[in-house]
Amino acid sequence: MTAIQHPRVQRPGIRRISAGRRFKDRFVQALVYLSFAIAVVPLVAVLWMVISNGLARFDMEFLTHSMRNIGAREIGGGAYHAILGTLEQVLLASLISIPVGLLTAIYLVEYGRGGRLSRAISFFVDVMTGIPSVVSGLFILAFWILALGMPFSGFAGALALSILMMPTVVRSAEEMLLLVPNDLREASYALGVPKWRTIVKVVLPTAFTGIVTGVMLAIARVTGETAPLLLTVFFTDSINSDPLNGPQMGLPLYVFDQAGRPTDAAIDRAWAGALTLILIVMLLNLVARLIGWWRSPSRGR
Amino acid sequence: MAAIAVFLVVEAVPALQANKGSFFTTLTWEPNGTQSFGIAALAFGTLVSAVLALVMAVPVAVGVALFISHYAPRRMAGVLGYVIDLLAAVPSVVYGLWGIVFLVPFMQGPSEFLNTYLGFIPLFGGDVVAGRSMLTASVVLAVMILPIIAAISREVFLQVPRMHEEAALALGATRWEVIRTAVLPFGRPGVISASMLGLGRAMGETIAVALIFPATFGISLEILTPQGNSIAANIANGFGEATPIGRGALIASGLVLFIITLLVNTAARMIVARRKEFSGAAA
Repeated sequence: MTAIQHPRVQRPGIRRISAGRRFKDRFVQALVYLSFAIAVVPLVAVLWMVISNGLARFDMEFLTHSMRNIGAREIGGGAYHAILGTLEQVLLASLISIPVGLLTAIYLVEYGRGGRLSRAISFFVDVMTGIPSVVSGLFILAFWILALGMPFSGFAGALALSILMMPTVVRSAEEMLLLVPNDLREASYALGVPKWRTIVKVVLPTAFTGIVTGVMLAIARVTGETAPLLLTVFFTDSINSDPLNGPQMGLPLYVFDQAGRPTDAAIDRAWAGALTLILIVMLLNLVARLIGWWRSPSRGR
Repeated sequence: MAAIAVFLVVEAVPALQANKGSFFTTLTWEPNGTQSFGIAALAFGTLVSAVLALVMAVPVAVGVALFISHYAPRRMAGVLGYVIDLLAAVPSVVYGLWGIVFLVPFMQGPSEFLNTYLGFIPLFGGDVVAGRSMLTASVVLAVMILPIIAAISREVFLQVPRMHEEAALALGATRWEVIRTAVLPFGRPGVISASMLGLGRAMGETIAVALIFPATFGISLEILTPQGNSIAANIANGFGEATPIGRGALIASGLVLFIITLLVNTAARMIVARRKEFSGAAA
C-alpha cells in the first residue's frame, strides 16, 4: 500500500468552501435566528401583557376578598376564594397521587424489573401521560358524581387532578430510582439488610432530591389545569373552605369565568388572576430547580 | 384506563340511544333541544385546528431548539433553556386570556389580507372574515405548544454524540452540513415524538380554545370565517347548561376525544420505536 504514490501533486492548504455551500450555511443560520425571533415575540408578549395588565388589580383587596355579591360590571372583588380552593385542591391531589405514584415507581424499579406486570403498568403510565385533561374531568364526573351520586366538590376536582398528576410522578420517580447505582443496593444486601429497609434507608434517600424536583414540577403543571375543575368543582362566588362539601373555586377557573364576561372590570380581574396563577406556578418551578441545583452532583456536596 | 373507558361508555349510552340523528354524521349539536347531535363537525374542528397549530409550531420550535443548542453563545443558551422550560409551564388559561383580549382583534388585519389576496385558495376563501376564527384558535394553540416541542427537541439535540459532530466538522462540513448530516438524523425520533406530544396537547386543549372558538357548527375548510368548534371546547362551553341527555352527549364526545388522542400517542410511540431500530440511535 505504501508503495502507491499519487502522480498528481496536491495543492497545499485547504480549499475555500464553495460559494453555494457558504450561501446555504448563511441562509440556514438566518432562518434559525428568524425562527427564534418569531417564537420569542408572542411568548414575551404574553408574559408582558399578563404582568402589565395584571398589576392593575393585583392588590390586597384582590388577595383577601371573594366575589360574593359583586356583579360582573362592578369593580372590586377578589380571588381569595379561588386561591384558597386551588391550594386545597392541589394539596389533596398531591396527597393522593404522590404516595401512589411513588409506590408504583418503587415497584417498577425494585420489584418488577421487566416482568409482564411491570411492562403492562409501564405501558399504561405512558398512555395515561397523554390523556387530555378534559377526559380526566369527564371520568370523575361520570364515575364519582353521576354514578356514585356525590356532589360537586373540591375533592372531586382533586381526584381528577390526581389522575393527571400520577403518571408524571411515576415517570420522574422511576427515572430517578434507576439512576441509583446498583453498588449501593448490593452493599446494603451484603450487610444483611432486608430489601424493604434497603429501599427506605438507601435507595430513597439517594434519589430523594430528584424525586422532589419531579414532584414539584408535576404539582406546578396540575395547578394550571382548568378543564377538569370546570367539570368537577363547579363555580361559586363565595368562600368555601371545605373541599368535601359544595362547589369550590379554582384560580384557573376564576380566570376562565372572568374572561368570559365582557366588561372591563371582569377582564381586569381575569388578568390579575392570571398573574397570581403564573406567580404560583413559577414559584413552584423555581423551588424545584433550586432543590435540583442545591443537591446536584456537580456541586459535589 | 379501562375504568375510564367503561364509565364514559356507561354514562354516554342513554344519550346515544336518545339521539335522533346519527352520532357520526349529523352536523348539529342540539342534545338539549331537538335531541339530535353528531360528532363529525367537532372532530373535524379538533383535528384541523390541532394540525394547523402543529404545522405552524414545529418548524419554529425546531429552529428555536437548534438556535439554543448550536447557534447561541454558550452562556446565553443556558439561560434561554431555562426560559423555554418556564414558558412550557405557563398555564393554558393564560394563553386563552391573551388570545381573546389581544389576538382576536389583532388577527382581523392579517385575516382580511389573506382573504383579499389569497382568497382564491379555498383555505382562505369565504365571505365573512372575523377575528374569532379557526385560524386564530390555531395560532393560540401553536404559541402554546411551541415551548413544549422546543424544550424536548433541545434536550434531544444536546444528546447528539460529540463524536458525530466532530467527525462531520473534520470532513470539512459547514455548520448547516453538520446539522443536516449529524444532528437532524439523530434527533429525528425525538422531534417526532415531541411533535406528537404537542399534537395531543393541542387536541386536548380546552380552555384556551373555548374562549376563542366561534362555537358554531359546520364543516368548512375556510379557516378565516367564524366557524368551527372542537370537542374539548364544546364540553367546556356546553357543560354549564346541559340537561342529563346533553351531559351524556358531552361525555360521548369526550370518549371520542379520548380514543383519538390514544391513537395519536400510540402512533408516536411506534414511530419512535421503529426509528430506533433502524438508526441504532439507542446505543
